[in-house]
Amino acid sequence: MPVSVEEIQTPPSYPNKSIDQLPAAEIISLWKTFGDLQALKEINVSFQSGEMVGLIGTSGSGKSTLLRHISGLIASDARPECQIKVWGQVVQSGGQICSDVRKIRAEIGFIFQQFNLVERMSLLKNVLVGRLAKIPGYRSLFHLFTQSEKMEAMQALDRVGLASHATQRASTLSGGQRQRAAIARTLQQQAKIILADEPIASLDPESARLVMKTLGELSQQDGITIVVSLHQISFAIRFCPRIVALKSGEIVFDGPSEDLSVEQLSWIYDSGSEDDFEAIRPKLEKW
Amino acid sequence: MLASAENNLSARLEVPKTPLGVILSRLVATVLLVAILLFSIEGAEIRFGDLWENRGNMLEYGSGFLKPDFLDWPDYLQEMIITLQIAVWGTFLAIMGAIPFGLICSANISPSWVRQPVRRLMDLLRSVNEMVFAMLFIAAVGLGPFAGVLALSLHTLGTLSKLFSEAVEAIDPQPVEGIRATGAMPIEEITYGIIPQVIPLWISYSLYRFEANVRSASVIGMVGAGGIGMLLWDAIRSFDYAKTTAIILVIVVVVSVLDFASSRVRRLYI
Repeated sequence: MPVSVEEIQTPPSYPNKSIDQLPAAEIISLWKTFGDLQALKEINVSFQSGEMVGLIGTSGSGKSTLLRHISGLIASDARPECQIKVWGQVVQSGGQICSDVRKIRAEIGFIFQQFNLVERMSLLKNVLVGRLAKIPGYRSLFHLFTQSEKMEAMQALDRVGLASHATQRASTLSGGQRQRAAIARTLQQQAKIILADEPIASLDPESARLVMKTLGELSQQDGITIVVSLHQISFAIRFCPRIVALKSGEIVFDGPSEDLSVEQLSWIYDSGSEDDFEAIRPKLEKW
Repeated sequence: MLASAENNLSARLEVPKTPLGVILSRLVATVLLVAILLFSIEGAEIRFGDLWENRGNMLEYGSGFLKPDFLDWPDYLQEMIITLQIAVWGTFLAIMGAIPFGLICSANISPSWVRQPVRRLMDLLRSVNEMVFAMLFIAAVGLGPFAGVLALSLHTLGTLSKLFSEAVEAIDPQPVEGIRATGAMPIEEITYGIIPQVIPLWISYSLYRFEANVRSASVIGMVGAGGIGMLLWDAIRSFDYAKTTAIILVIVVVVSVLDFASSRVRRLYI
């Protein structure tokens, strides 16, 4: 996994949050099994308000599974100790997703690797979808959005640089543009926490940089908690002050990104050679 | 140089052979098909020779159709419009029913205990011919177009529900998950995540069924369910081949125009 030194810049400082501050998300003793596969093993981690966290690890290490649990899209193993809270509200407990999970999901923005936009709908409509949980059922059913909701959606699109594409179908845009539209959807949602599941995995380097920059701004300027799973170590180090590394379903590293060593990365990624990470060694050693 | 490189490549590579199992299964399928066709010859009384032997009768009968009589064309036109109106309402009612039933019949939306009974009901509607439904409804609401509308709508409901549900089952689930992740309700997942994906196919199927219903509406008129079918039946029964030809030509022209128009509409949505 070679990375270039040019890509790496100094990350924002590691946030020092007060201990009594309510965590944005709290995962307590999370276990998940798919058939014979132990996908997550006793995960205990919490994410603080306003921080940007990079989730790293090989494919199949459990990054996506962890994020989907936080959003209540999948249920944990039925162990009584398993619990996930978002802003103090229980999303799931003991393998049971709570009955009013939709209310909590409305506060959680989720960005997917494949964008998960509705291709045949306009960008504006795709962004307006972010408001569905907060408008009366009869309005959502008949696609009736107020002028102010539409204006907010336009502002969200403008923030990610896509206002001029508002009427275009999602299918007509590039991958990077679609991913930024997905971010605009979370803005329209007024999400306080954004979970991004490999949002730049299928993007070219420039589009990836733009998407990560937008997420970084949301964390720094708006105080939104961002948890982003990444395969590109250079982007993780550059944009995320805190790194959580997963290996075979277990957290093997949780700390400031500057504490991550080339040797640890090599071990996390089962790389036969540390050469794969040599390009980022100067930056890590500087810290 | 090039030839020697090709020779080396041929020595190294080997074209994969079709596995014996695949060859045998193809053979068995062919033998089975031929056996079924042979078995059906007697029951279906396949006698192509008779066609040639009795060609004189056919030509004599067919010559009666060569001079269409359009003298009563205003009647034909009026009844053809009624036939179209029957088809419009029959298809519309079927679409209205097929939207919920199509969703209920979809494996990715409904649980099996709901889906299976509804699917069987739709199978039943689909397997009963429009003519049978038409006779049933004539007994209920009397002779006329309304019986035709009800007959067409029930049969079409069974067909469209199946087609609609197959389209729903083939959707990309990712956009739906994206909408679910925003805290949307299941009905919103359907209206924003599923319907936009299936709408081109649904429109295409509906237009196709409308065309088919115009043809069917012409036929069910024969049992008294209104429209041009009643005129057609009268002309055939009275051996008035010239009128029969004229009526058939009116139907053919209208169906062709509809086919052309619906293909244009379909292109707009796909």
